[in-house]
Amino acid sequence: MPLEATIPLDDVAGADREYLYTLNFGPQHPATHTTLRLILTLDGETVVKAVPDIGYLHSGFEKLGEDLDFNQYVTIVDRMNYISPVANEIAWHHTVEKLLGIEITPRCKYLRTILAELARISDHLLCIGAAALDLGALTAFLYAFNQREKVYDIIEATAGQRFHPSYTRVGGLLADISDDVIARIRDFVKTFPKAHADICRLLNRNRIFVDRTKGIGVLTKEEAINRSCSGPVARASGVVRDLRKDEPYLAYGELSSAFKVVCAKGGDCYNRYLVRMGEMIESLNIVAAAVENLPAGPVNVDLDEKLTIPDKTATYRSIEGLIQHFELFMWNRRWETPVEEVYGANETANGELGFYVVADGSGKAFRARTRPPSFIHFSIFPHLIEGHQISDVPAVLGSLNIIAAELDR
Amino acid sequence: MPAYLDTLNARFPGEFSTSEFRDNKRVIVSAEKAPAVLFGLLKCLKEECGFDMLAELGGIDYLNYPNATDRYCVVYGLTNTTTGERVFVKAYANDPDPQLPSVYPLWRGADWMEREVYDLFGVRFTGHPDLRRILLPHEFTAHPLRKDYPLRGYGERHNFPTITRAES
Repeated sequence: MPLEATIPLDDVAGADREYLYTLNFGPQHPATHTTLRLILTLDGETVVKAVPDIGYLHSGFEKLGEDLDFNQYVTIVDRMNYISPVANEIAWHHTVEKLLGIEITPRCKYLRTILAELARISDHLLCIGAAALDLGALTAFLYAFNQREKVYDIIEATAGQRFHPSYTRVGGLLADISDDVIARIRDFVKTFPKAHADICRLLNRNRIFVDRTKGIGVLTKEEAINRSCSGPVARASGVVRDLRKDEPYLAYGELSSAFKVVCAKGGDCYNRYLVRMGEMIESLNIVAAAVENLPAGPVNVDLDEKLTIPDKTATYRSIEGLIQHFELFMWNRRWETPVEEVYGANETANGELGFYVVADGSGKAFRARTRPPSFIHFSIFPHLIEGHQISDVPAVLGSLNIIAAELDR
Repeated sequence: MPAYLDTLNARFPGEFSTSEFRDNKRVIVSAEKAPAVLFGLLKCLKEECGFDMLAELGGIDYLNYPNATDRYCVVYGLTNTTTGERVFVKAYANDPDPQLPSVYPLWRGADWMEREVYDLFGVRFTGHPDLRRILLPHEFTAHPLRKDYPLRGYGERHNFPTITRAES
C-alpha cells in the first residue's frame, strides 16, 4: 500500500504539476520535536499537499492496558503525554473511579486539582517555549523552561519522581503532601506571574513572532467542531467548551468562581498562543485558590471499602491492612468490577483526554481505549498547512503541541 | 427521557435499544441492523438533535466477554457543543468481514479515528475515502487489539526484513 493518501486533493490554482516536488520532513527533524513524519508536496515554497505519516512510536499502550491492572497501568499512562504526566494519571483514575463508583475524599480532589493545573502550566510553557524557539526566539524558551523546572521541583517533592511521578492510585494518591510542598506551591504562585509577564513582553508584540503566526493555520469554528478539536485549539477558534466548566469534576465545581474559560476568535497560530498564555494565569488562580482552601483529612478513601492500597503502617501493623494489601496485589483477586463500560474525560492541557474502560468483572480492564487529543489535532494539520509556506510548518506544528508518544501510543 | 430519544423513536422505531451506566447514555445498534440504520441514525443525531461533534470513536473486541453475542463494536461518542450533552452510539459488527458505514461524510474528525479502528481491529468502514493503516506499518498483516492476538505478538518484530545501507 502506498504512503500517499488516496484522497484526491484540489490542486492549488495555477500550480504546474511539472514544478511540484516532494520533501520529506521528519521523522528526525529538529522542528518536529518528536518522532513524526510529513511528506510535503511543494510548489516553490508553497505547501500544496501534506501527508502525515505516524506510528513511529507506537508501542501498544492500549494492549498493555488490558494486561496490567488499574494501578499498574498508571505508569504507562504517564508516558503518553510526557509533558504533563500527572494530568494523564488523574484522567485515567478519574475514569476507573467512575467505573468502580468511588467518591474520592475532598483533600484528594483538591490535591489532584492542584497537580492537574500545575501540569497544565508546565505543558503550556513547553508548547509556547518550543513554538517560539522554532520561530527563532530562544529567550522565551529559556524563560519558559526555567519555570517548568520549578513545576518539576514541586512534583519531585510531592511524588519523589520528577518526570513520571505515577502519583495517583485507585481511590486516592500515593501519599499525602508535606508542608514543604505547600510552601513551594505558594512560592510558585507568587513568582510565576513575573515570568509570565516576561514571556508576554518578549512575544506578544514581537514583530517577527507576530508576523509568522498571525493569519497562519486558520481553523474556523465550524471546522474545529467538525474535526473533533478540543482544548486550546478549539477555544482559539471560538468554541466555548471546557470540561472543567461543562462537566465539573474534581474540585472544579467548587472552584468555578476562581477561573474563567479563555477563548479567542481568530483561530490562527497567534490566537492559540494567546489562549495558552491566558490559560496559564487562570490555572495559577485555580492553584492559588485550591492551596488556600485545601481541606484537611485523609487522601485515600476509607480502608473498609477495600479499594485502596493501605499504607505501610496498616499493612505491617494490622491484620486487616495486610489482608487488603494482598487482596489488591494478588493477580487473581484485585478489584471486583461491574460488567460494564464507562467513558470518562478530563480537560488536560492539550484538550479532552478521555478513557473508555470496559470491565468484565475481573480486576483488569477488558479494554482501555484512550481518546488522545494530539492524535485528533495532528489529523487537522494538512487542512491547516495547505496553501501556506514551508517556513510555516514549524509554526503550525508548534501551535498544535503534538506529543508523539500520545499520538502513537 | 432525553429529547433526542423522542426524535430517534419517531424516526427509527424498534431499530435500536438503549442502556445507561453512571452518566453515560447509550444507543445500541445491533450487527444485523447497523449496515442499514447506523449512518441515518448518526445523521439524524447530528442534524436534528444538535450533536455536532464526534468527540470519540473507538473499537472494542468482545471475544469471550460475559454474555456478549456480537464480536466487534465501534463506539461513537457524540457531543452537543452548545449544551454539553453527550450520547454514545454503539454499533456491532461480526466476522468474517466486519463492516460498518463510514461517518466521514458527517464528521471529518472521523478520518483518522476510523483508520485507527481499521488498523487495530480490522473493522472496515465502507465509504471511507482513504482507509489505510495508520499506526502500524503497511506491510503488517494482523490486527493487534483483537482479543485473539497474543500480548507478545506473533514475532513480527523479529521477522522484519533487514535493509542494509547498500540496498536502501
